[in-house]
Amino acid sequence: MKKKTLVNKIHKIYVILLFLFFYAPVAVMVVFSFNTSKANVVWQGFTTKWYSKLMGDSELWKIFGTTILIAVLTTVFATLIGTMGAIGYKKSKSRFAKLITNSVYFPIVIPEIVLAVAMFMIFNTAGISLGVPIIVIGNTTICLPYVYITVKSRLVGMDPSIEEASLDLGADRVYTLFHVTIPQIMPGIISGAFMAFSLSLDELIVTSFLADAGTTTLPMKVYSMMKKGVSPEINALTTIIFAVSILGVAAYLIFDAVKTHQDAKAKHKLVDL
Amino acid sequence: MKKSEKSKRAKLANLIMQAPLAVWMIAFVLAPFALLAFMSFMTKGPLGIIQYKPTIANYKEMFNPVYATVIKQSLVVAVWTTILTVLMGYPLASFIAKVKAKTSSLLTVLLMLPLWVSGLVVLYSFVILLNSSGVINSFLMSIHLIKEPLELLYNNFAIIVGMIYMFLPFAVLPMYSSIEKLDPGLIEASKDLGAGPVKTFFKVTLPLTSPGIFAAVILTFIPCIGYYMVTDMLGGGTSLMIGNLIYRQFTVSRDWPFGAALSMVLALIIFLMVFIYTKLGGDLDDLGA
Repeated sequence: MKKKTLVNKIHKIYVILLFLFFYAPVAVMVVFSFNTSKANVVWQGFTTKWYSKLMGDSELWKIFGTTILIAVLTTVFATLIGTMGAIGYKKSKSRFAKLITNSVYFPIVIPEIVLAVAMFMIFNTAGISLGVPIIVIGNTTICLPYVYITVKSRLVGMDPSIEEASLDLGADRVYTLFHVTIPQIMPGIISGAFMAFSLSLDELIVTSFLADAGTTTLPMKVYSMMKKGVSPEINALTTIIFAVSILGVAAYLIFDAVKTHQDAKAKHKLVDL
Repeated sequence: MKKSEKSKRAKLANLIMQAPLAVWMIAFVLAPFALLAFMSFMTKGPLGIIQYKPTIANYKEMFNPVYATVIKQSLVVAVWTTILTVLMGYPLASFIAKVKAKTSSLLTVLLMLPLWVSGLVVLYSFVILLNSSGVINSFLMSIHLIKEPLELLYNNFAIIVGMIYMFLPFAVLPMYSSIEKLDPGLIEASKDLGAGPVKTFFKVTLPLTSPGIFAAVILTFIPCIGYYMVTDMLGGGTSLMIGNLIYRQFTVSRDWPFGAALSMVLALIIFLMVFIYTKLGGDLDDLGA
């Protein structure tokens, strides 16, 4: 028994150390957003000037805007097409259906660079000029499989008789889709959409292959700065994004805790009745 | 009459739902891959213009010793990263599977958060941490553990640390899901039958969670070969990997057919790995969760 608790303790310490490894670079990123040195390599002193500089940096905000625009459009397309596809191909077993549903896994298992190169060549060969719309197509192709998989796993767990009951009771297909199927798979759609958005936000390889000269996204900007050193302004911007994400997670946790508490209360009442 | 009408409408409804995905996959996945395969057998003309003369020269070119070192370097980094990621990730996955459901989802979110925010910027922090006057070296020198700064940056060590950082969170998820699915009764049974914890782990737990481990291997190995940014940022351009080499064919060298051939080989290796994975009973969906 004593040996077991010791093993458990070591296990816990190991996990804590691993999380330290994961958050050390994040801490460095936050701390160095307050660093006076522009070189962003050695700590010199405390300042908030990068945050005020960031506020007035129209070029960086424009890049940020482009990045968000691409991520939002990507999320919309990926979520729509991925969800529709997961529902549509739920029961199909034809060879063509197999070809399509198997090809959905391509973008996940193939290294991004290979996909980027293949798309770059086809748009060039077809004479289509690159730019934001093409980047959105590329990003959607990368993100769509994640939506498809999360939605599909929800659909698998769904009781098919509920849909049938709705149809038998006289509801048409559109009504059934929006009032029965979609509410049931909503958690899958949301987590897929979230995944698509965050993947697109950080997407570099496909985006840089499909970008025209006038288009820059945040990851492209960071990558281009790498050789000279990434500006602390970027740290400041990422710190803000990070803080917003943490707040989002915290809000979700609180919301979830309150909801479970209420659910438990409601259940309790039900039992009392 | 009514029945056939109904099934007709059902078919139409299904078709409407299927069409966007089908069109998208054909136009933006299958067609580009067909072109990639085709291009890999074409000839590079002067000034990077493609001549449509079939050849296998692009594939032969890979056996050139110049490229052999690139391939070797890629394999060394990818294999080390994969082994270390699995070894480091498995205990974490088993921890996440052990704790309460609430805690485990919180841990998963915390694990993914740095990458969700910006993998690239966070990765750059390793330059600050590891450089010769960086945080780690300054600390070690201030406590007089070392006199000279350690060479932590711009070598394979830095590349592998960065790669582990980028891919471990993704590798943990499938291992976690396979550990979670494990029937605790089997562990009990093994112990009741007299096997110690070590024997139980190697004879029961490990074989039963092997699909998760293999998924983790795929999720680490694949991006590892392709991610040229980590090599650029933390390797300082001193070492090339296959990803960098492909990238160069489309930027500096302008040799699309060779780039396409390299991509094809990479894709075929990956397909083979995924094929083995599914034959071992692995679920493709675990690669995307």
